[in-house]
Amino acid sequence: MDAPTLIARRIAQELRDGMLVNLGIGIPTLVANYVPAGVQVFFQSENGLIGTGPVPEEGMRQGRLTDAGGRAVTALPGAATFDSAMSFGLIRGGHVDMTVLGGLEVDVTGRLANWTIPGKMVPGMGGAMDLVSGARRVVIAMQHCAKGKSKIVPRCRLPLTSVRAVDLVVTELAVIAFPDGRATLLEVAPGVAVADVLAATGAPLIVRDDVHPMPLTSEAIS
Amino acid sequence: MKTIALEQAAALIPDGTSVMIGGFMGVGTPERLIDELVRRGTGGLTVIANDTAMPGVGIGKLMRAGLVRRAVVSHIGLNPETQQQMIAGKTDVDLVPQGTLIERIRAGGCGLGGVLTETGVGTVVEKGKRTITLDGTTYLVEPALRADFALVSAFLADYLGNLTYALTARNFNPVIAMAADAVIVDAEHIVPTGVIPPDHVMTPAPLVDYLVAH
Repeated sequence: MDAPTLIARRIAQELRDGMLVNLGIGIPTLVANYVPAGVQVFFQSENGLIGTGPVPEEGMRQGRLTDAGGRAVTALPGAATFDSAMSFGLIRGGHVDMTVLGGLEVDVTGRLANWTIPGKMVPGMGGAMDLVSGARRVVIAMQHCAKGKSKIVPRCRLPLTSVRAVDLVVTELAVIAFPDGRATLLEVAPGVAVADVLAATGAPLIVRDDVHPMPLTSEAIS
Repeated sequence: MKTIALEQAAALIPDGTSVMIGGFMGVGTPERLIDELVRRGTGGLTVIANDTAMPGVGIGKLMRAGLVRRAVVSHIGLNPETQQQMIAGKTDVDLVPQGTLIERIRAGGCGLGGVLTETGVGTVVEKGKRTITLDGTTYLVEPALRADFALVSAFLADYLGNLTYALTARNFNPVIAMAADAVIVDAEHIVPTGVIPPDHVMTPAPLVDYLVAH
């Protein structure tokens, strides 16, 4: 199983019936493919849609129906559309139960940097700052390392997305949370030892006694 | 509300003015008005919008033609031409969190001086801004935004100027229609008054100054 699939299947375990969920671009988008059976979630696209559905069949594209990345999508039965002011009211107002976003760096207190690499990549923050500041629960989906270097760091060197700590980081090696503002290892991926995670992590992790293997949503349903 | 030809509508907009433009990655952008501004070469514009779309699409056409002096947007990641112009110093780009941007515009259209938001506190967005602490929570003071013109893309406009929008093409459009001195609408379809039922009107007619004729 490749890293993005593993990460998406683990994060899908966080979905609960009736949740309103915002998925970012990249690995987070894959989470929609692994919604557990019997769970109905509403996916929000911050450009103004609740009930975002899969990419349309060939020839059925509607130019006025896209996700926040500009991709053509569909609207599921029961979908709702609205303007950007309402969309971000939903986000800041605590109506979005969970957001799943990518990450460039997360520090040991759970602070996230995910929107710019000064001098290299200046895309703009889009909705990321509002999502991290406002969503009830913030889950980060990212590879554990980039170019061999840990993305979990003692202190973010890149500009922060928010001073609010994220709730959960899921990588292809581990699940990490931040109780009392301290990075804590909760789970390891199948076949991965605690020592492997610690060796790959460029910052101290608290290791709980009850570290256990990641539960994964098993089947892709599309 | 006045119905005018496309050429006349674009001619209302002088060089150096501020324009709010609807659209999200080019979806819900009044393309005909953009094309006409490019044809006329209306330059030195301050564009307030969600993003600068992609090269050659929507607001990306204004960028490519070098007509934008300043862009107040949340995202330029899909338009490398905007990034190049920013680095070259040809266009000033103010990056604003998307929720803050739309709420500043909403405030501008609703007679408010600005908004208080937690978004951006403790980040580079806070630089140069005042903060206010209320009941233990610190907020940034973000001022209201208005513009000389709003260029709105609608799905239906009736003969009076009542508007509806379609699907995710709504985005910034009804909000900017409240926040500019002159509102110019390009609608996909112009329909007889009464076709849009009262409960379905998203922008009421008195907000619309000009409807571009088909």
